[in-house]
Amino acid sequence: MNRSETARSFKMATWLGWQVESNWTDPFLFAVYVIIKPLAGAAILVVMYSIITGGDYNSPLFPYIYLGNAFYIYVGAVMTGVSWAVLDDREHYKTLKYMYIAPISIPFYWLGRGVSRFLIGTVAVIVTLTAGVLFLHLPLDLTQVNWGLFLVSLFIGVTMLAMMGLILASITLMVAHHFFMIGEAVAGALYLFSGAIFPLDVLPAWLRPIGFAMPITYWLELMRRSLIGEVAQAFPTLAQFSNMQLIGILIGLTIIFGLLSVFIFRWCDYRARELGLIDRVTNY
Amino acid sequence: MTTNDALAFSASEKVIGWRLFLKTIVARAYPRIIGQQREKSWVFFEIFLPMLAVAAYVYVYRAIGAPEEYVGFVVVGGAMTAFWMNVLWSMSSQLYWEKEQGNLALYIMAPNSMMAILLGMAVGGLLATALRAVAIILLGSLMFHVQYSVASFSQLLFVFFLAMTALYGMGMMTASLFLLLGREAWHLSNLAQEPIYLVSGFYFPIKSFNFWVAAAASFIPLTLGLDAMRQLIFPSGASLGFLNVTVEIAVLITLCIVFLVGAKFLLDYMERLAIREGRITENRR
Repeated sequence: MNRSETARSFKMATWLGWQVESNWTDPFLFAVYVIIKPLAGAAILVVMYSIITGGDYNSPLFPYIYLGNAFYIYVGAVMTGVSWAVLDDREHYKTLKYMYIAPISIPFYWLGRGVSRFLIGTVAVIVTLTAGVLFLHLPLDLTQVNWGLFLVSLFIGVTMLAMMGLILASITLMVAHHFFMIGEAVAGALYLFSGAIFPLDVLPAWLRPIGFAMPITYWLELMRRSLIGEVAQAFPTLAQFSNMQLIGILIGLTIIFGLLSVFIFRWCDYRARELGLIDRVTNY
Repeated sequence: MTTNDALAFSASEKVIGWRLFLKTIVARAYPRIIGQQREKSWVFFEIFLPMLAVAAYVYVYRAIGAPEEYVGFVVVGGAMTAFWMNVLWSMSSQLYWEKEQGNLALYIMAPNSMMAILLGMAVGGLLATALRAVAIILLGSLMFHVQYSVASFSQLLFVFFLAMTALYGMGMMTASLFLLLGREAWHLSNLAQEPIYLVSGFYFPIKSFNFWVAAAASFIPLTLGLDAMRQLIFPSGASLGFLNVTVEIAVLITLCIVFLVGAKFLLDYMERLAIREGRITENRR
């Protein structure tokens, strides 16, 4: 595999992914589609919160939940974007076998397919944050944001999510087409352990170590600290870690997940070829 | 017996009428139930992962100090999401998938009723999904010590039956609309997840909304079905209910009739339209 092959695979897959995601309708309907879904997801939590607290949006818990949920959109978007490409190509377009015989790098092709979801996710995050500031008194002041920390954390976080997406894509090679998107299902499950919408302290003590092993936990903490520092520090779970320590942990876990993604891809790829799973159709 | 006699005998044994209708239902339900059991990964992806998502919402309520009955609301709502997902992805958009795979033209050419095919999908999907929903309720109840106090088992079963009939009737109706759609079918199904979880009150009582918002959301059968079931199985359910259970049952019966009759008419109309416009085999990838 040479550099031009990986770059070409990534670039073409990015273009293809964008076409698949966006050209099914006119730009207006596409914009509505991009905005409504994340806003509805955030609104579920806002309604739950306001029913119980009587609309106490000044509590530090509210921005904790709201920001965690907003940035968690990236988790579903990137992981689904990368892993869904396997099912889309294998069972819908039936082109995965052609991809396999083409002179491309399959992992970089999948990563490229996830870029469009990342871009759509970015719009969704911005819309969700804007709605929070405008309608729910989310204390987000752009002049107070630690932009350096924000951009570095965002870059490392998205890389980490792409590696997790690649692991999921590899596993997807081995499983059937279920009626929902595997990436979103896994993201929904990790919601529990990552401290996205409640501090990890709320979890039973025996479940917390799973949360501490998840890079998403540290990434979301960094995103909150970079945007609204004092809110994140109001919760004791990760308060003992400095920003640099959190970045160090995040980088370390990203490397681990990156290595895991390589090994898991190789193993799943080998098994899928051996079992003849590359071109199967399993939609019942 | 001569060849002609054998052919005549064979023709007289042809399954037609209501027997063909029933056999079609069974034939289409079969892969939904049996096919899935052959792929064991569904246990992980369709029970364990949704269960973790339900747990996340439970812990949100615990983090903000909600009364314990809200935990039960989330567990029941989380189980019912399985039915909504099934209707959305395996009913409404299924004909689009069948078209993409080339089965739709075969369905229409075959001498059976499309209504029976959709009913088969519904019956198979309902049974397979009921397994998942029961598993989620059992696991959720055990994990979070949910206390139930069933006011009336007969009413509870009746409400569930009505909600499912209306819901899958709705799925059959929308499936016919999807006959005319291309890739947008998939995206529209994707769009109808979170917004429906929100307006139908999957994770909170629908009474929290303005009356007219809740009334409009009642067009989706799961809204009133869930509300009535919560009223019947939780001690404080009645105080958090949107309408009286009897009224909700009456509305659900109306929805059942509207959706099933609507499915029949719309399916006939859309099938004719799709054939006339040449969309049955169209493949707008």
